Amino acid sequence: MNLLEVRNLRKSYGALKVTDDLDLSVEEGELHAIIGPNGAGKSTLIAQLSGQATSDGGSVRFDGTEMMGRPMHRRVRVGMSRSFQITSILPGFTALENVASAVQARSGSSFRFFSPVAEERDLNDQALAALDRVGIADRAFFNAGSLSHGEKRQLELAIALATRPRLLLLDEPLAGTSGAEADRLIQVMRGLKGDVTLVLIEHDMDAVFALADRVSVLVYGRIIATGTPDRIRDDPQVRAAYLGEEEGT
Amino acid sequence: MRLIPTRAWAATILFTAFAVLPFLAVALDDSYLVVIASRILCYAIAALALDLILGYGGMVSFGHAAYLGIGAYAVAILSRAGITDLGLHMLAAIAAAAVFALVTGAISLRTRGIYFIMITLAFAQMAYFFFVSLSAYGGDDGVTLNARSTLFGQTILEDDTALYYAVLVLLIGLYLLAVAITRSRFGRVLTGARENPVRMQAIGFSPFRYQLTAFVISGCMTAIAGVMLANQTSYVSPAFMNWHRSGELVVMVVFGGIGNLLGAVAGATIALLLEEWLAVLTKHWPLLFGLILVLVVLYSRDGLSGLFRRRR
Repeated sequence: MNLLEVRNLRKSYGALKVTDDLDLSVEEGELHAIIGPNGAGKSTLIAQLSGQATSDGGSVRFDGTEMMGRPMHRRVRVGMSRSFQITSILPGFTALENVASAVQARSGSSFRFFSPVAEERDLNDQALAALDRVGIADRAFFNAGSLSHGEKRQLELAIALATRPRLLLLDEPLAGTSGAEADRLIQVMRGLKGDVTLVLIEHDMDAVFALADRVSVLVYGRIIATGTPDRIRDDPQVRAAYLGEEEGT
Repeated sequence: MRLIPTRAWAATILFTAFAVLPFLAVALDDSYLVVIASRILCYAIAALALDLILGYGGMVSFGHAAYLGIGAYAVAILSRAGITDLGLHMLAAIAAAAVFALVTGAISLRTRGIYFIMITLAFAQMAYFFFVSLSAYGGDDGVTLNARSTLFGQTILEDDTALYYAVLVLLIGLYLLAVAITRSRFGRVLTGARENPVRMQAIGFSPFRYQLTAFVISGCMTAIAGVMLANQTSYVSPAFMNWHRSGELVVMVVFGGIGNLLGAVAGATIALLLEEWLAVLTKHWPLLFGLILVLVVLYSRDGLSGLFRRRR
């Protein structure tokens, strides 16, 4: 069954149709990659799906429930989380506090004013586990703002994981990471397959074709093809619109 | 991590100094010292309250004097009606401040940055002009209080030293409360929303609810300061909510170091002491005061508390 069902999704900036009657189905448990040339509307799509950006029309159903009109924080609470292409962390917090905040959001009320949150072991333990999973447990007590770019990318993923999503929307998680850091993140994503349904936007084609169960190709706000990595690789329309371009240059 | 015990020590030293000050006043035979110190403590409460939302919540309220006025008028209006109990004055002040903060905060928080500053200023000015036109309570001239609030039916607060200690106890209590809030779950969400609101939404928080709650808490704390200030001056007028006053509160917070609760207390202390001392030196004291503020901001972004930290 489909965990995410997108129908006729639209968004325009003035005369520019960024998302143009887009349909997309994501099956529970799969890693669904979305590829497409720059400016195809990939990040806008993630923003619309996550609720960060409003949509002009259409339908986004998550696990059978309509999500249109729900703000981002309420989508997160039912299990739809996202990561950001441009790292979005709390720079003045430690890495641990960044992740513990995400754990806190889903474990009990945050209208608690008296007991010190730093001493809540349950939050810290879960946060540490998430940091460990992405490979930066040794950075737990460093200020997030002082981490290297690659470590911030890892932290970004740890924060998203700590929300315990059923559907994780990853917006170029590998952007700007070095070889070793990228390998680590790819390994983490592979480990997530099956547990978490993943929608992955990524420019690293090797990673996409190694990880994805299915691939959708987004061009000018529309999905022009969806299929297994092998099918997509051989699809003449896709080659013309996208892959061919890259091979030609 | 290492800062916490240091801060606890600094707080202990500062509050102990305030606690022994009346003895010094007796020794020096200077009763005015306790009067000015009471004023300082009232403002310290207000600066503390403002720092909670300004420093931790990133909300620069330029209308916090309105809450001082609300607290002060609660005393004036209830006293006129024959209700003199301090507890009831506090209750009325807090309730009125909560309503005012809830309504104006809900509207102000739709804006950010300079617009938030301007809209909080506008609401405070509305409150100011409301009390200016309230002729039953003296309008522009305000009203003189015949007596201070009573505590359990006793007129004990008529004694300046007793009033001083009452304000000090309130300040210490509210300081501890504010410290607890900043370290709590709520405080983490508040600080996180200042750091990066989109990130907080992306992990499942709606910053608005937390910011509005903090705004209301801060308004109520400032109203408590207003109640005590009215008792200290025995006089209440719209000048309590003048926008100059709001600006002075922001200056105190900046002076002490934004986002440092003890700094707000120290900032209020130093700002008012400077005002006292410089006014003796010259009638052009605001010039000197401005110069000192410029130097503090230029050379220590953390205010006075930053100067101490650097020296350590």
